[in-house]
Amino acid sequence: MRDSMLKPINLLKYLTLLFGAFVVLFPPYVVVINAFKSTDEFNNSNSMALPNSFLNFDNFKTVFERGGLLSGFGNIILIIVVALTLNILFGTMVAYVLGRFSFKLKPVIFAAYLGATVIPSITTQVATFGIIKGLGLYNTMGAPIILYIGADVIQIILYLQFIRNIPVDLDEAAMVEGASLFKIYRSIIFPLLTPATATLVILKTISIYNDMYIPYLYMPKQSLGVVTTVLMRFQGVNSADWNLICAAILLILLPTVVLYLFLQRYIFDGVANGAVK
Amino acid sequence: MTYNKQKILIICSFLFIPLLLLATFTYYPAIKLIYYSFTNWDGYSPEKPWVGLANYREVFANSDIFKVFEHNFAYFVMGIVQNIVAIYFAIVLNSKLKGKYFFRILLFLPYIMNGVAVAFMFGFVFDTTNGSLNLLLSNLGLTHLSETSWLGREGLVNYSLASTGLWRFMGYNMVIYIASLQAIPKDIYEAATIDGANSMQTLWRITLPNMKPVIQLNLFLTVTGALEVFDLPFVLTKGGPAGASQTYVMRVIDTAFAYNNYGLASAMSIILLMFVVLVLGFQQLVLNRGGDK
Repeated sequence: MRDSMLKPINLLKYLTLLFGAFVVLFPPYVVVINAFKSTDEFNNSNSMALPNSFLNFDNFKTVFERGGLLSGFGNIILIIVVALTLNILFGTMVAYVLGRFSFKLKPVIFAAYLGATVIPSITTQVATFGIIKGLGLYNTMGAPIILYIGADVIQIILYLQFIRNIPVDLDEAAMVEGASLFKIYRSIIFPLLTPATATLVILKTISIYNDMYIPYLYMPKQSLGVVTTVLMRFQGVNSADWNLICAAILLILLPTVVLYLFLQRYIFDGVANGAVK
Repeated sequence: MTYNKQKILIICSFLFIPLLLLATFTYYPAIKLIYYSFTNWDGYSPEKPWVGLANYREVFANSDIFKVFEHNFAYFVMGIVQNIVAIYFAIVLNSKLKGKYFFRILLFLPYIMNGVAVAFMFGFVFDTTNGSLNLLLSNLGLTHLSETSWLGREGLVNYSLASTGLWRFMGYNMVIYIASLQAIPKDIYEAATIDGANSMQTLWRITLPNMKPVIQLNLFLTVTGALEVFDLPFVLTKGGPAGASQTYVMRVIDTAFAYNNYGLASAMSIILLMFVVLVLGFQQLVLNRGGDK
């Protein structure tokens, strides 16, 4: 076994893996090294040369001051917190009803959630736009929040899997003691769904943080910029200053990368469970 | 209150808001879209003149519109490559290998990155004069390649953009494939080894057939994803050079919001939706036939 690393087949595996790792890391590497270069330095060195110093934080300061990145972070955090709270609440409620009761319309409701995935949401924006305007939510944080709070079919399937594993005996024992069905949801089902909820919070946080289209279309107002739209505006103004843009890219990538490195196991589980089952 | 009454109350009250959201933001817009597609509404005037099938006729008669799908084709090709690479890495990283968890974490990393930031990152990598890709190529001695304008050449721009998508989503597919590999019962492999199957035979006869449903799901997502590409070219090239990287959805959005032709844009959306349903239907057909055996 000791020399198993040297078997030709394993050598081939490692070579392809190293090539894959190189391809994955090359673009971020280039961004990182150029984010620390001053404009002069950037113009006079090639884009793969290391910076004079990794302690030159001027670009990051400029991005924060000129780019309005701080309010971009503030806005997106607020949107994520409010949208996710409601999203989790509605998701567990739908899953509780579909997972614990049988009634005539149940298959129809499940089919409605399933069918929604076929409709490409980007194509219906023309009509959605009118609804958001009609509700008076255009150019307010209400627009992305209301568009993010709906539960999707993957979320519901994930919750249903967990509910199936919660023994019905628990519900019945609570009923014997006279607990209402609402109380069963609140003090048995909801708390026992926490592992699924935790996974969903991570996945949804990443997807809302990374979404470009909804904030771009529904919140064009300057003060309502979120990190993605702030980055787009910043790039528009500074399209030639790649060192500044690299700093902005790095600042925006950092939070999710850090979150990912700490929580990768749960992220893998969530992605795998959502897609395979 | 009896439990039966409670049950009805819970069902109604718990489903009311979620179903209202689903109806308002998914099904109502879809129905509206069908209605708009029969009008030549400009997007703001109060009257929406009914024109029947004129919009649909225009889409099918105007070869210019359908030609845009050729640009989407690059994303389809890269999507297939992406799935093959993902299956390869999934099999490699599911075998006994030192450091496999490290490589799993690394290869998945691009998926969690912000799409706009990734687009700009590749804008920098692909840049003709400052870009690091050309610099890398010239350092490797490939000087004839190192002056390529990756985003500026008509035949190339879509493949450059699509390769960015491959970079970003390969790891996602890989994780799904790893999960499906782990669901294959181990005793099948043991039985195959006892029967003297070599590793190539196990791959073709056991591993790939067992992954079939997941591969099919990913292929469906690849096809529909290729049809619906929007954000990469929108952020990175704005459809240029000279419209060469405009995708179908970009064209729809332009028709609606830039040319105020909501009616035509809606008809184009409905046609896209039909394509998606067609792909799904076709896949179900193939899938069911495979299941009959």
